[in-house]
Amino acid sequence: MSESTVESPARGKRVLSEGKKAERRLGLWLCAPAAIVMIAVTGYPVIYSIWLSLQRYDLRFPGQREFVGLTNYITVLSNSYWWTAFGVTALITVISVAVELVLGMALALVMHRTLVARGLIRTVALIPYGIVTVVAAYSWRYAWDDNTGYLAQLFAPGEAPLTHRASALSIIILAEVWKTVPFMALLLMAGLALVPEDLLKAASMDGASGWQRFTKVILPVMKPAILVALLFRTLDAFRIFDNIFVLTSGAQETGSVSMQTYNNLIRGLNLGVGSTMSVLIFIAVAIIAFVFVKVFGAAAPGNDGGKR
Amino acid sequence: MGRAHRVPGRRGRRLRAALCAAVIASPLVAACGSESGGITVNVYYSTEENFDQVVAKCNDAAAGRYKIALNVLPRGADDQREQMVRRLAAGDSDMDVLGLDVTWVAEFAEAGWIAEWTGQDKADVENGTLAGPLATARWKDKLYAAPKNTNVQLLWYRGDLVPTPPQSWSEMLDAAKQLKSQGKPGNILMTGAQYEGLVVQFANLTAGAGGKILSDDSTKAVVDDGAVKALHALHDLATSPAASASLSNAKEDNIRQEFETGKSAAFEINWPFVYASMAKSNPDLAKVFKWAPLPAIDGSKTGTAILGGFDLAISTYSRHKPEAFEAATCLRSAENQKFSAINSGVPPTIESVYHDPEMAEPYPMRDTILAELKNPATRPVTPAYQNVSTLISTILSPPSDIDPVKTADRLRSELQDALDSKGVLP
Repeated sequence: MSESTVESPARGKRVLSEGKKAERRLGLWLCAPAAIVMIAVTGYPVIYSIWLSLQRYDLRFPGQREFVGLTNYITVLSNSYWWTAFGVTALITVISVAVELVLGMALALVMHRTLVARGLIRTVALIPYGIVTVVAAYSWRYAWDDNTGYLAQLFAPGEAPLTHRASALSIIILAEVWKTVPFMALLLMAGLALVPEDLLKAASMDGASGWQRFTKVILPVMKPAILVALLFRTLDAFRIFDNIFVLTSGAQETGSVSMQTYNNLIRGLNLGVGSTMSVLIFIAVAIIAFVFVKVFGAAAPGNDGGKR
Repeated sequence: MGRAHRVPGRRGRRLRAALCAAVIASPLVAACGSESGGITVNVYYSTEENFDQVVAKCNDAAAGRYKIALNVLPRGADDQREQMVRRLAAGDSDMDVLGLDVTWVAEFAEAGWIAEWTGQDKADVENGTLAGPLATARWKDKLYAAPKNTNVQLLWYRGDLVPTPPQSWSEMLDAAKQLKSQGKPGNILMTGAQYEGLVVQFANLTAGAGGKILSDDSTKAVVDDGAVKALHALHDLATSPAASASLSNAKEDNIRQEFETGKSAAFEINWPFVYASMAKSNPDLAKVFKWAPLPAIDGSKTGTAILGGFDLAISTYSRHKPEAFEAATCLRSAENQKFSAINSGVPPTIESVYHDPEMAEPYPMRDTILAELKNPATRPVTPAYQNVSTLISTILSPPSDIDPVKTADRLRSELQDALDSKGVLP
């Protein structure tokens, strides 16, 4: 909050009155407890896992605990399992986010333009997002099971789709897309609401077709909303865990980096290597966010109004 | 819960009293009992039918000196291990008796999570227990657990289609192919999914070829010629016409169900629980449902199989160790093992139980089981078993993609890393 005053050059240099200063000091004091708790619950685990990642620490061999520097990072980064999982995660992220963007946009337009039963349609469209992921994942799993599944019998009779890599990955992506299209649509619909009706009318007066109005007017105006939606979903998709855990538990090389971290940390009890992986995921997520913000110029929500 | 015990003062007690009152109906809530002055021994055990009756019997035997509370762990082996490991790593003192899969004993013992059995308790366990199952409870020449039940796979087959059971792996494949070519059910069902079940198949076959996966002291990954032959055998089955379409996703229960339909399969390699199930679900097929010792690659080693089952261990963090040892001894007593064998189908670890006349009817295959138990193959025993198992199942999955020599090389190098607790789990 102090930054917002500094940022606008006109007001930044003006000397604040005594009353304002006292008010600001009180404000900081009031914020402090919350800020300290936030740092304690987010900062401490992050720093602790960085510390763990620099050690050889396997719970089954507690006597062999020692500081090993960056050895764990070399082990993980030179390992083919890690890069396979990384590739799978990237693939799932890119495809599912791309599909979600297209479907989400379509759904947003439908929800935005609907004249009748608007509330009902919006509610129905949001149902997949309201279902707990694990529950939804189980119903997908049973639907694609070769013995009991109606979808498996419909599309691949006599096959077991969840046991082949390509089909299993497709099913994972399908489950992910089905689940999060409504979320995407919701974010995009907020962007659609920003497009002034007058602008669209003016464009159609000038003879712009429906497609031209969409690409030349709606999309440019919506760009900040689209970028924010993409950013959120990319970060989210990169950490995919529950769908894979339930559908294939990572068999046939369908595991994501989060799955692998879980396997090393919780199943393998290897705190060193497991923490290394979580730190690497943290770095990857940070890079994605950085690229979106700096390269594509996505604005964090809240800054939106200030910049324009 | 662990912390609640240490809350002093009236408020803590009142809160706990309220909690106890709220859940008094549940027999699983253990912490409440200890409040009333008596000692509660918490048993954590996987789902076993009628095990609550065994617990009730041991409660009677304790005559009020302590109360045994049964806490049922999740169904999946990985989930069971995860729950116990997580709590033990945190020093949870509310777990007393732990039901461990035989492959976990080394890991838990090495980490210092389970207490050694000594003196009279040890003598009681060793008395009359079969050598094979007893070996699963030892680590570095010390006894860390009491074998509760054992398990061993058999070859199950259709007596109406197969007049004499095959002795060797290749005989079985030939017989299956012949049945298939005649248009009869001829599939061979095996647990081929990427999980522990596939590791069991690989270990059975390796032992049946006289080979080894790890060295005897479990410090070196050997993966010798016998193991290469086992990889050949798995590949042969997976690519033969007698393989089921869902082989690479099949677990124990899937193949049981597939066999029970009676449509496609003539052979099934599975644990003895399938016998009782067949009688219930398909009484007609049950009449021709026969069993034989496991076929091996080397025909003279027929019946070579590794052991499964559960051992009972006492947590290092238990605050009622004497009672916990006593309770565990009771839960696995000869009488209770007989009860569990008859009512829940789990094979006993005490030899005399097999000769009990009451076992004849529910356990007609007891002699075949006993013969395999007396000459068991050794499963790799190492604290890093979880890693070893995960790697083997990953590298061998799907079995149709096995390239014996190359796969063996990969197993050798990655297993060595796992034994040294280096390397990454997939």
